[in-house]
Amino acid sequence: MDIADVSRAAARGLKRAAPALVSVILILLGWEVYVDLSGISATALPAPSRVAEQGWQARAVLAENALATLTATLSGFAVSLACAFVLSVAIDFVPLLRRALFPVFVISQTLPLVAIAPLVVLWFGFGLLPKILLVALVTFFPMLVALVDGYEATDRDITRLLRSMGAGRGQVFWRARLPSALPFFFAGLRISITYAVVAAIFAEYAGAARGLGIFILNAKNNFRPDLVLAAVFVSSALTLALFALAVLAQYMSQPWRRA
Amino acid sequence: MTLRLDDLRLTRGVTHVLDGVSLEARAAEFISILGPSGAGKSTLFELLLGSLEPDGGQISFNGQPVQGRDLFAFMPQRDALMPWRRVIDNIALGLEVQGLPRRAARERVRPLLPRFGLDGFERHWPHQLSGGMRQRAALARTLVQDRPLLLLDEPFGALDALTRTRMQRWLEARLQETRVTTLLVTHDVREAVALSDRIYLLSPRPARVVEVFDVPQPRPRMETGPGEEALALETRILRTLLEGERE
Repeated sequence: MDIADVSRAAARGLKRAAPALVSVILILLGWEVYVDLSGISATALPAPSRVAEQGWQARAVLAENALATLTATLSGFAVSLACAFVLSVAIDFVPLLRRALFPVFVISQTLPLVAIAPLVVLWFGFGLLPKILLVALVTFFPMLVALVDGYEATDRDITRLLRSMGAGRGQVFWRARLPSALPFFFAGLRISITYAVVAAIFAEYAGAARGLGIFILNAKNNFRPDLVLAAVFVSSALTLALFALAVLAQYMSQPWRRA
Repeated sequence: MTLRLDDLRLTRGVTHVLDGVSLEARAAEFISILGPSGAGKSTLFELLLGSLEPDGGQISFNGQPVQGRDLFAFMPQRDALMPWRRVIDNIALGLEVQGLPRRAARERVRPLLPRFGLDGFERHWPHQLSGGMRQRAALARTLVQDRPLLLLDEPFGALDALTRTRMQRWLEARLQETRVTTLLVTHDVREAVALSDRIYLLSPRPARVVEVFDVPQPRPRMETGPGEEALALETRILRTLLEGERE
């Protein structure tokens, strides 16, 4: 794939995104006009123009905190992915593990983050570790399920064919089950990466030295809704960027789907 | 070189699938196993490939019980091409499984592509091929494994009539060249008569061999279309099949 292909794909993407862009702009315009006409105080509802202006002035602090959040998100998600992959392979080879472990993971998904986040911070401090753990807690199970279901979706004929060629369990996994799981893996990835950002911000909100979560908490306590909203926009942009990266990774790793 | 299936019996759960099936394939013979849908034809292949064990009877090759599975090259009903492998890598799959590095496997397969009408398509993905081309790729994948016996499980069942006839002609020509022993499972009477040296007709489940037909007509047969003797044989087989169903 060369540069021309990428730019053509980008142009196509932009064209498809145009209606969404228009509606976002309309919402912002409506908001601006409402604040202007109603005379509502800026400490209750700041206009988007003010959010942008104050956000720009605080850009150095915002960038620093966004970087901390990004670090927490990516480290947590990397740990989560690595664990989910290793465990998915183990489960594929030893089905008993699935029955032993899945109920535990399902329960882990029922824990309310609001209650867990302060506890994890209490146990592990204000550093990176509690964020990694919380991001992993939120994203690990969806990724594991995506992979395990993906292996199961392997075409039975392909498995029989490989067996007839003399392939053992390992070769069947490597040549058929793993590639079959790719679409499932990427579906899980796109969803989980967005949860990961939210989880990291939540962890920071519960206690952190740096990060968008703690920035939002401080701005709220100082009655600065404009800065709260600026941080919200930054976190949205961050999430969208990671989502786009996941889509790009899928596009790059499945060349047969774009031919 | 002889493959013998002796009085194979199989029950799966409560279903009595095979009720003593015996057949024989000698070197370079083309054998068809013909029977109504659901008779257990494909099950015979699963026994040969070792994914099922028979309850009774035995499978032997040159008088020895069949060990290991390196005797058979198998082509499943649907082409089972891997969507994530290029055409050439799909064809070379068996060689890679045997331990050949990908590059060497490709080199071995490349010279065969023209004969399979896939010249210039080696870098394509399976979904870019027509139904007939996919089937030819699947057949190429089966043949390059260089095993003594081919197992074809209704290889042309999913194709339209015209493509099917074209593929049968083409298969006949390929087999004339390679003279590899072939077992074909089919429910298409015309296909069986056109391609086989011998046809084993199976009853509805539980399957047993109802009748064995020799097909002595000279080859190639597909070029000219069925002659009078072949048509008479087709009629006889069809009648036996339909009577079997009425029982």
